[in-house]
Amino acid sequence: MIYLDNAATSWPKPPGVAEAMARFVTDVGANPGRAGHRRAVEAGRMVYAAREAIATLFGAPDPLRVVFGLNVTEALNLALRGVLRPGDHVVTSSMEHNSVMRPLRALEREGVRVTQAPCAPDGTLDPADVEAALRPETAMIALNHASNVVGTLLPVGEVGEIARRRGIPLLVDAAQTGGAYPLDMVALGIDLLAFTGHKSLCGPMGTGGLIVGEGFDARRLRPLKRGGTGSRSEWEEQPDFLPDACESGTMNVPGLAGLEVGVRWVLERGVEAIRAHEEALTRRLIEGLGEIPGVTLYGARDAARQVAVVSFTLDALDPAEVGYRLDDEFDVLCRVGLHCAPAAHRTMGTFPGGTVRFSLGALSTADEVEAAIAAVGAIAREAR
Amino acid sequence: MSAKEYVVILFPGTSHAVRAESLLVRAGVDCRLVPVPRQLSSDCGVCVRLAPGDEDRALEVLSGAGVVIEGVHTLT
Repeated sequence: MIYLDNAATSWPKPPGVAEAMARFVTDVGANPGRAGHRRAVEAGRMVYAAREAIATLFGAPDPLRVVFGLNVTEALNLALRGVLRPGDHVVTSSMEHNSVMRPLRALEREGVRVTQAPCAPDGTLDPADVEAALRPETAMIALNHASNVVGTLLPVGEVGEIARRRGIPLLVDAAQTGGAYPLDMVALGIDLLAFTGHKSLCGPMGTGGLIVGEGFDARRLRPLKRGGTGSRSEWEEQPDFLPDACESGTMNVPGLAGLEVGVRWVLERGVEAIRAHEEALTRRLIEGLGEIPGVTLYGARDAARQVAVVSFTLDALDPAEVGYRLDDEFDVLCRVGLHCAPAAHRTMGTFPGGTVRFSLGALSTADEVEAAIAAVGAIAREAR
Repeated sequence: MSAKEYVVILFPGTSHAVRAESLLVRAGVDCRLVPVPRQLSSDCGVCVRLAPGDEDRALEVLSGAGVVIEGVHTLT
C-alpha cells in the first residue's frame, strides 16, 4: 500500500509514538494538575515535555505559551474568535482552508470585516497585496504558511515584517509546514502560531494547539471554553494566565505523550533534513506527473516553492474516479475533491471539480513516488 | 532551625510548577513536586518543595528563566 495522504494526516508514525500512548494509559493514567500524587505529577511532566518539544521546534522561548487543544482548527478558532471583535478588520488570503474561512465568515455576521488578499492562480501571494489591504482598524493578518491543496508556500516572513511595522498581530496556520519546513516564529514575526500534531509533527490525531508569542498580551485572547484547570480552584472566574486560561477540561494526555515522541523524532532527524528529503521527492513527483500526457499540474510546480503536496487533474476524468482507481487497482491512497478549501480551488480555477492530491511525508520513499507516477501514467494511457 | 523545616514555592498553575521542577533538576537543585499545603491555598495543584537553604539558588534559577512565582513559604 502506498500512502500519499500525509497532508490529511501522516502515516506511518515514527517508532515509539504508539508505545508512548499505550504506556501512558497502562502505567501512568492519572489526570495532570488535578491532584498532587505521583501519577498526576508524572502526567503533568509528560504534558510539559510535549510543550517543551513543541516550543523547541517552533523557536518559542516559553513552553508555557504553548496552549494545547484538539487540532489546528480549534487553535485557529481560538485565535480568530478569541481576538477579533465587531468593528475589527482582518486580512487573509484567497488560498485559505475552511478552518480559517468558516470562523471568519461567522465573525463577519457578527460585525468583523474580512478582506482576502488575492493570490495568483498558482497560489502565490504578493506581500504588497496584503499591505494594500490593511486599514486603520485592521486587527489581525491571518495566513496559512503553505496551501493544503497545492503546497504553495506563502511569504510569511515578509508579511511578518509588514505586520510588525504596522503593529498588527500575525496569525499563521502552520498545519502543512510544522515539522516539514523550517519555521521559527520569532524570526518570522509570528504572534499566534496554530499547529496540528497529527501531520508532519508525527503525533496522533486529537493533538494540536496555539503558541502565543511573547509580544502578544494573552489577556487579549478570549478562551473558547471555560472550566476546570486545576489552578485557582477557589475562584469561579477563569484564570487569565497561560496556558490555563485556554486549557479547560481534561486534556488528551495519551495523545500528547505520543506527540512528544513524534516531535522529538522530527527534532532528531532535523527539519532541514526532512525538508530536503521531501523536496527531492516532490521535485521528482512534479517532473514525473508533468511528463504524462493529459495531466494538468496546479500550484507553483516548483519543489523549492512548495511543501510536499502536489495537485493535478487528468483530462476528461473525474478526480473522484482517478482516486478510486488509484486505490482499487494500484494500492495508492490519496485525496480528491476540494480538500476543505473552496477558496483555494476558486483561486486556482479548479472549483467545483477539484483535483487529485498526492501528499508525501518524512517517511515516504522514492519507490513509492515512482509507483504513484506509473499508476497515474497507466490510468492516463487507458483514458486516451 | 527545626530538622522538619522545609520551603515551598508556589506558582500560578501546575504547568508552571512542572516547568520549575524541570529547570531546577537541570540546574542541580534538589526538589520535589508536592500538593499545595491547605494552609497556603485551596488549590488542587502542586508546588515545589525544597530543603531549607536551597531557596535562594532556586529563586535565582527560576527568575532567570522568567517563571512566575506566587509565593515562597517556610513550613514545618
